[in-house]
Parts: sequence; C-alpha cells; structure tokens
Amino acid sequence: MDIAVKNAGGAQAQAAPRYPLSLRINGQPYELEVESWVTLLDLLREHLHLTGSKKGCDQGQCGACTVLVDGRRINACLSLALMQQGREVVTIEGLAEGARLHPLQRAFVAHDALQCGYCTPGQICSALGLMNEGQARCRDDLRELMSGNVCRCGAYPQIVDAVEEVMFGSAGAEERDRPVIVGMVPA
Amino acid sequence: MTPFAYHLARDPADALAALTAPGGNIPLGAASFLAGGTNILDLMKENVARPMRLVDLNQLALARIEETPAGGLLLGALARNADTAYHPLVRSRYPLLSAAILAGASPQIRNMASNGGNLLQRTRCYYFYDTGTPCNKRSPGSGCTALGGLTRLHAILGASEHCIATHPSDMCVALAALEAVVHLRSARGERQLAFADFHRLPGDTPQHDNTMAADELITHIELPPARHAAHSAYLKLRDRASYSFALVSVAAALALDEGGRIASARLALGGVAHKPWRQPEAEAVLQGKPAEPAHFAAAAAVLLAGARGEGVNDFKIPMARRAIVRALEVAAAGTPGPACREEER
Repeated sequence: MDIAVKNAGGAQAQAAPRYPLSLRINGQPYELEVESWVTLLDLLREHLHLTGSKKGCDQGQCGACTVLVDGRRINACLSLALMQQGREVVTIEGLAEGARLHPLQRAFVAHDALQCGYCTPGQICSALGLMNEGQARCRDDLRELMSGNVCRCGAYPQIVDAVEEVMFGSAGAEERDRPVIVGMVPA
Repeated sequence: MTPFAYHLARDPADALAALTAPGGNIPLGAASFLAGGTNILDLMKENVARPMRLVDLNQLALARIEETPAGGLLLGALARNADTAYHPLVRSRYPLLSAAILAGASPQIRNMASNGGNLLQRTRCYYFYDTGTPCNKRSPGSGCTALGGLTRLHAILGASEHCIATHPSDMCVALAALEAVVHLRSARGERQLAFADFHRLPGDTPQHDNTMAADELITHIELPPARHAAHSAYLKLRDRASYSFALVSVAAALALDEGGRIASARLALGGVAHKPWRQPEAEAVLQGKPAEPAHFAAAAAVLLAGARGEGVNDFKIPMARRAIVRALEVAAAGTPGPACREEER
C-alpha cells in the first residue's frame, strides 16, 4: 500500500490517512487501521491473507467473494472494510471445526459440486446465507436464490444437490459424515 | 478507486453537513453518500464516480419499516432491499413491491442494497460505464455513443438525442405503480416528492437522473394504503432466467369491483425509459372495463404511444406490448404466490 501512496501522491506525497477498524473475523477479534478505499475482500485477502474468498469479477457479478456478515451473505468486493465496524465476518476459513468440515463442505465433496473449485468458497458461504434466510422451499427456490454465484465449470446440478441435502436432508448424509484429510482430492 | 476521505455520519444533520464540511474545501456535489455501496463502489472502481469524500449513512436510524397513521407503510431509506421484500406487511399488502425487489439483482446484493440507494442507482448503459467512450450522462457535452451502438438495454420511450439510457431498477417500477412518495431532508427542511416526479427524462441534461437537489438526503419512501394486493403482477423479461437487468418489465396492479370490472388500474414499465414509464391515460382506458385481453391490449397501445427503437432494440416494442397484456392477465387472475413449480416440501 505504501508504494501506491508514493506513486499517487507525486511530489506532494504524504501517507494516506488510515482509519481505525475493529471487527471479528471467524471468531477472532481484530484491531486494524485501513485506508478508506480498502474493500472487505482486499482486507481479507491482501491484509489478512485469508485467501479463501476469491476475487473473480470484483463487481458483484460472480459471487466468488461471498462472505457472511452478522450471518448475512454479501459480496465482499462491493463493501468497504470500514463498513464492517463492530461486525462479525465469517469466511470459508471459519466454517470447519478443526478437521471436521461444515455439513455444506461435506455435501459439496460428496456430490462433486465443483470442478476447478474457484467459485466454491463463495458458493458455500452463499448457501449458508441462504439457509440462514429461510426462504427456500424447493429446488427451484435454491436455483433462483443461488443465482448470485456463477460456476463457469457448470457444476450447478451438483451444487443444488449438495445444498438440497443439507437444507432438506436426505438419506445417506450420515454415512458421509466423516473427517476429510486436508490435501486429499476426492475421487 | 481514486483516494477519498471517509466520514461516518452520526445522524441525518451530521450526514448533510458532511457533504461540504468539515475540512471546508469540498464543493457541493463532490462528496457522495454511502449506504449499501453496491452501486457507488462499483462506479468508483470503474472511475465513473470519483467522490472526494464518502459519507457513510449506515449508523443512521433510518432502517425501520412501520405503518403510517393513514394506513400505508413508511419504508426507511436504509432498510435493505431483502428486508423490505421479505417484510410481512410488504408481502401481504404490497406483493407487487416484494416481487419486483426479488426480481432484481442477487440475494447478496439485495442483502446489502438500501431502499434509498435503489432509487439512486445509475444506468447500466455500457457506454456510461466505459470511460473510453463519449457519454453525455457521465461527461456532459461529450456525445452519446449508444446512439448507433449496441442498444439492447436502451430506451424506446422518452429518450432524447443526447441520451437513450434506461433506469435499471425493478423496485422503482413497482414504486411508480404504487404511487409511492419520497421523503427528502436537507439543511433547508423536509419535503415530499411524488414518485412520478422523482426520476426525470434525459432531455439535454442527462447527467441528472432525478430531481433531488445536491444537498438532499432520502429519509423514507412512503406507500399509500394498499388497494391492489389481490390483483398484481411483476413480469420481468431478460436475457437470463435470473440475475440480469430487464429488457422489459411490467408492474401491473388492478382493483376489481364485485362484478369483476376494473375499479382501479396501475401500469408501469421498466427497462424502456430513463425513468419508470407510467401514463395515467393508459390506466384510464381500463377504468370500468371488464378484465379482458382486448382492453389490456388497448391500454398497452396507449402506454407505448410514441415508442421508437434504435434498430437493435426495436424488438422491445412488440415485446413490451405483449408483456403488458400478459402481466394484466396474471394480475386479473389473482396475485401469484411464491409457488414452486415442483411439489412443495
């Protein structure tokens, strides 16, 4: 950030003002100072190295940056870090409990609900937000209410299967309730 | 984004004062309000908007949705689009508004976007966003690249030789049909604007989307008592099944008397003009008539009088005509519920 300030300021270069920011991310309290223009996504990725949230379009069109703020899903790219003062942010890194994956994560693995995986953190956070909202009653609703998340590999049917299983339940879910070893690529 | 100063407003008076002070040297119009951020931050990243200061409104106590003594609803300017669409009183009394909001954007954006910000969103004209091309709305006097260009999203009604952009909101189409009232506040006092007078046509000053003054703040959107809850429909036609701006959208609302005749009709179009397109003459055509397709087609002809395409978007004229008839048919049959195509769980 310092380099950017020097370049932008020219001969009049001076440190850009930073603003205090306190918030919780994945249960951890943070006391930070950030420039006004830092988006929540850039705060997560570039400042805190929580790179699970992805920068796809940076325009709110792809949903790869979806995170939860106070339990609600938002596009982290279209929100300033400073707008999250005092809030609780949850990213994909905050869903598992140790080696035990979140039920949505397990369902995505079980249903092969991904190919390249780039959109997956946003898809899973969006699905969690969708569950918190409690408005979906059927697969049609799931498709409509997941439309803010693009998957260019085209795993949409499997994504709906995975979300449907966790939201509405279906046989066999418990059998897949097993620890996944990080680094293993599911067949 | 161009660097900017940030001010967290404590209350409406502080927010209004922060448009020019403290710091002194910010001219009126150089600071912008920040609510949901979904449009202003996007425009700032594209270098279309370059405010010197953002005044963050999110701590203002303007997020409530409450009943008015008159029997209507007062929607706080900072209530989120999602909270508005899913509010029990909005769903039961103004299902048209709920349906229109849920037809727009994505769930993430609806969770962020504020009601006031929805009114103030800028056009999605490709050339307005492309700072490498002339645009009278972005840079007055530079010309209009959309004329003779790609016009799939562009106006067929009320356009000018200076601008053929459309207003992108779905929510505003329903608010126009429902005859909402916009509550504004400035250091000079408070005033109310009929929704029809809030947005404007481009004329030779397309840089102005609306009739708000630069020193005003939207505080509330008021809905008059509901008359059309039982017979309304929002029909949105677009290039994808979801999450796409309207090519044409229709807000249709009817009140029927005991004999099935139309006691009151409201019609507004989205995606076709610089503002939600409504003509009381078109609604008058339906007054006292039975709710039948022939009358719906007659109303459509009046609402679309003077429609003119730019070539690429000529298709929107017959599309709008049919969409109006279809939306009125659906409304006449009864406001559709949020039904799933498959069996409910």
